[in-house]
Amino acid sequence: MTNLANYKSLYQEVILDHNKKPRNYGTLAHASHHAVGHNPLCGDHISVALNFDRDCIACIKFEGESCAICKASASMMTVAIKGKSRADAEILIQEFLAMATGKLDLNSPNHIGRLAVFAGVCDLPTRVKCAILPWHTLHAAFNSVASTSTEAENDPVRAPIGNA
Amino acid sequence: MNAVQPAVNRPSAPAFDVERIRADFPILQLKIDGKPLVYLDNAASSQMPQPVIDRLVRYQTSEHANINRAVHYLSETATAEYEAARRKLQRFINAPEEREVIFTSGTTDAINLVMHGYGRKFIKAGDEIILTTLEHHSNIVPWQMLAEETGAAIRVVPINDAGELLIGEYEKLFNARTKFVGVMHVSNALGTINPVKQMIAFAHAHGVPVLVDGAQAVPHLQVDVQDLDCDFYAFSGHKLCGPTGIGVLYGKAALLEKMQPFKGGGDMILSVTFEKTTYNTIPHKFEAGTPPIAAAIGLGAAVDYLSAIGMDAIAVHELDLLNYATAQMTRMPGVRIIGTARNKASVISFTVDGVHPHDVGTLLNQDGVAVRTGHHCAQPVMQRFKVPATSRASFAFYNSMAEVDALIAGIRSVQKVFA
Repeated sequence: MTNLANYKSLYQEVILDHNKKPRNYGTLAHASHHAVGHNPLCGDHISVALNFDRDCIACIKFEGESCAICKASASMMTVAIKGKSRADAEILIQEFLAMATGKLDLNSPNHIGRLAVFAGVCDLPTRVKCAILPWHTLHAAFNSVASTSTEAENDPVRAPIGNA
Repeated sequence: MNAVQPAVNRPSAPAFDVERIRADFPILQLKIDGKPLVYLDNAASSQMPQPVIDRLVRYQTSEHANINRAVHYLSETATAEYEAARRKLQRFINAPEEREVIFTSGTTDAINLVMHGYGRKFIKAGDEIILTTLEHHSNIVPWQMLAEETGAAIRVVPINDAGELLIGEYEKLFNARTKFVGVMHVSNALGTINPVKQMIAFAHAHGVPVLVDGAQAVPHLQVDVQDLDCDFYAFSGHKLCGPTGIGVLYGKAALLEKMQPFKGGGDMILSVTFEKTTYNTIPHKFEAGTPPIAAAIGLGAAVDYLSAIGMDAIAVHELDLLNYATAQMTRMPGVRIIGTARNKASVISFTVDGVHPHDVGTLLNQDGVAVRTGHHCAQPVMQRFKVPATSRASFAFYNSMAEVDALIAGIRSVQKVFA
């Protein structure tokens, strides 16, 4: 049975706020890493661009056309990822993907923090891809993959990402 | 004395009792999160009434065996019921002969049958196939595959801002190379009812056969293939209160006989040696292997059910629903209806300003309202209207005015969440 309590809470104030006023929205000139993510099922697309300052992510921007879940996820991702090392960011990507697909125990130690507002998406299989597209795109950007897709072979729903 | 009376008091016009009809559909009693289900995704698939469910149970309980094979009682019963279902479908669309009704797995399968059976035999390099902007992917992709294989070209009939085909442009596309026309009867994405009878007459004047994709038409309109004079007519059972996995291709016997088989196997042959196989007569030539027997019999029961209510009565009630919903949504600020053809079936595609269709769909679901969101397998239509996707409410005869109200209230609450 669907956990309605969870998905009712999906459109929380914080998600609606990030959708309305996305943080780090726009383009980044002279980005060292860049990727475009595409969800062919709904035509949504976002691009993620970033720069490193030595080992840390100094700047990150995103833009694109998407639903509220995807846009808020991207916005909150940029906030969470800024200043982190690539290794720490990869850990967060893994944890977010695990959470969105219902495989993360939120009671055990993790780095999810405010991103826990997306936990309910695992009860809406058709919306999981909306939430994870930005993270998939970030991962592609780290690997300098120019374009990625939720339908690609390395679909995070199906395939492990990073060290997993 | 001549005062207008409500329809219910007129003995000549029996009332359309939607509550009595709803009682036939067990699934409509479902609650979603404590709220009554408001099922408005009928263009994707319709629900099944109890008499059809009962028919499936009776078949599996006491009639099932493989058909056209053994001499035993069950095989003969199943064969008789399967062929009886074919005759029911024949009457439902007024096909001249029962052998012109081929059971397929659905509309997509039926169109692919025509592409392989007719297209690959008769369409050559340089020939042209006319399709329309409104087509479902199922009436685009098979023809693109054929065009790629043969070197034929596809020409596309444009639409206007209301979502109506430009018939003048359609007529201009015809030339000596035109060999085939594929057109949908009713648009799944917009609800537009196309003037297929007129289009068929024009194509025939140029000696060109026409396939009509009727998947969205048969549930809403009285379809008469002889009146349309179409060469092929394809539709699905599951949009017609029947089971999934069953559909129909009507084809004119003279054309079906000229066509090559689509799938090879048992039942579609008269004799087989390793030197030569002789194909069976139509319709069996196109029904290789064991068909979905139960589903065909279930579909027969579904058209019995619909015919008892009357397709004309169904069309009148659905038009009431469409007009009521359209009037309400037209008045809502920030709501845009995509597809405003003068002649429409009960489908409303719409967008809500500032809210992605997927968010609309998820939020409506919280109110128990089931709508489709996305591109509706009609991406060229979305591109024409410059939207990535829409939300779509599609009504069936078992929907009520109160359910339209629930949709409207649901859209208002979506707007409130995103205000």
